[in-house]
Amino acid sequence: MKVLTANRLIDGIAVWYAPDHSWSERLASAEIARDKAHEEKLDAIGKAAFAANQVLDVDIIDVDLVDGEIVPLRLRERIRAAGPSNRLDLGKQAEQPAPGGYAGPAGI
Amino acid sequence: MYRYDEFDHDFVQARVAQFADQVERRLAGEITEEQFRPLRLMNGVYLQLHAYMLRIAIPYGTLNSRQMRMLAHIARRYDKGYGHFTTRQNIQFNWPALGDMPAILADLASVEMHAIQTSGNCIRNVTADHFAGAAADEVADPRPYAEILRQWSTVHPEFSFLPRKFKIAVTGAERDRAAIQTHDIGLHVKKNAQGELGFAVYVGGGQGRTPLVAKKIRDFLPEQDLLSYCTAILRVYNLYGRRDNKYKARIKILVHETGVEDFTRQVEAEWAELKGGELTLPAADIAAIDAYFAPPALPARPEGDDVLKMARLDSRSFGEWLDQNVTTHRNPDYAAVTISLKGIGEVPGDASDSQMDAIADIAEQFAFDELRVSHEQNLILPHVARADLRAVYDRLVEIELATANSNLISDIIACPGLDYCALANARSITVAQQISNRFASLERQRDIGELKLKISGCINACGHHHVGHIGILGVEKKGAELYQVTLGGSGDENTSVGEIIGRGFGPDEITDAIEKIVETYLGLRTDGSEKFLDAYRRVGPAPFKEALYASEAKAA
Repeated sequence: MKVLTANRLIDGIAVWYAPDHSWSERLASAEIARDKAHEEKLDAIGKAAFAANQVLDVDIIDVDLVDGEIVPLRLRERIRAAGPSNRLDLGKQAEQPAPGGYAGPAGI
Repeated sequence: MYRYDEFDHDFVQARVAQFADQVERRLAGEITEEQFRPLRLMNGVYLQLHAYMLRIAIPYGTLNSRQMRMLAHIARRYDKGYGHFTTRQNIQFNWPALGDMPAILADLASVEMHAIQTSGNCIRNVTADHFAGAAADEVADPRPYAEILRQWSTVHPEFSFLPRKFKIAVTGAERDRAAIQTHDIGLHVKKNAQGELGFAVYVGGGQGRTPLVAKKIRDFLPEQDLLSYCTAILRVYNLYGRRDNKYKARIKILVHETGVEDFTRQVEAEWAELKGGELTLPAADIAAIDAYFAPPALPARPEGDDVLKMARLDSRSFGEWLDQNVTTHRNPDYAAVTISLKGIGEVPGDASDSQMDAIADIAEQFAFDELRVSHEQNLILPHVARADLRAVYDRLVEIELATANSNLISDIIACPGLDYCALANARSITVAQQISNRFASLERQRDIGELKLKISGCINACGHHHVGHIGILGVEKKGAELYQVTLGGSGDENTSVGEIIGRGFGPDEITDAIEKIVETYLGLRTDGSEKFLDAYRRVGPAPFKEALYASEAKAA
């Protein structure tokens, strides 16, 4: 499973492409591609949005569904979706629960 | 400190206007990201994981209270209330919007600051000893030379598109606090037998994926030849440095592959053409720049000893801070103070807007309006009367910046790592916080003694792990974070690159591993005066490997 992500041109904020054709600030709203054809469609949308100067750093990333919630496979993408793991008062996690709720290293 | 002249003012203002126009055109979609990227990088604007990042130059780490207050203002108005002081003596803001960049740069320009050449394949911010002008062991203040290099290298047409970025560091003392041997060019200000000022010149140092210690290519370069000689080095690099492979493009690779003798010969041949020409620094020009860095008039304050004696009796924690964070000044009535940005469990190098404002107030009131950023991610008050140290300490306690851990194990350098950085493979900050919390006891830290621990979240080594007495490198392995440990690195006048000790550790194992290394050191040091690095250099890696891996070797 994959979703389309990028950073918004105007402020650099991490965004995900949603089924309503918007770029959402919430990973939970992302459109999920479950097959190659859908993935290619997302890829084309990402390239077009980049060319239209809406977003940059466009990428298609691997995700899983855990209890109905979209969770990126890579820690990098989980941190992008939440905010700095050392500052829970910053980033998207400050406004909503962390998607997938990654655990920090033990001992903190 | 240096004051902008008319040219500087006009140049920075023109750059702000130019970049404002570029941002406007970018936001209007008139220029593409491919076109805009090199332009934004020339103005310090990166894109990180969560947002844009703005890196602001603090030339040779020197700033005044007005500038510090402006950084606080930027943190408050355009960012999220904090900034991150870096190993390049700069500051980074992690959340600014692209549309705000012109306003931020205009605000910076109003206090003679900018973000020019904080990125790109050009000569970057020149760094220097953070105790410059104050250190008791200094031959000369290295900052006038750093400033001359800054003026020469700013938008230098020949050196704006080098094979790769280029970093110069200058120290004015035998004891190297600027890590000059890990820079593309390292300059050691010294005097020759005739008492004339000049430089020992080191070239080809660097960290990253190929850590190399710089080679000394000239033992004494006369002061007036600084620019002609640096030009000769840059020309050889610009001509022969590799442009086909980003990872082999730094001058360290050229020096290594050419061989230091051949490389030196090429530089000397180039210099023979330049020497004595228009790049020769006139004594009057050097004196004019020197004048900007004239030390403040320091009134006699002989009461310091008595005041400190009493204050030490009054407060044990003040005494500990005095022992750890206060450095000898060339004037016996004064001292240099390290403001630790490494509170226990805090993010190395971060300061809030209100802390920055308070530090500016302290600098203004007690430190002749001078501040420094150290490459170890702390702030320095270079000139404080010893009689005022208690007052300064009390003010630092109020803003929670009085941790007495300078040069101890919790005085950790850490890059932003995967919590912010788009290049990182693993987190650095959280590891630093874990280790800091584990060694929270100041008594224990002081017993361990000087120990420089440095953490990078990827092989680019912004956290200087290669030259940490203990270095930690975060990598990604099978989708998880893994931390490799190196031992025996050092970034001083006896620079060495740390050696990888063995297999890496997971995020939940790394702090235990560090504790095991420290306990091993405590068990084998000859006595309390043998520092970690000295002990490691005496015994080598074997006892540490044994402590870390013996049980699994037996199990296998």
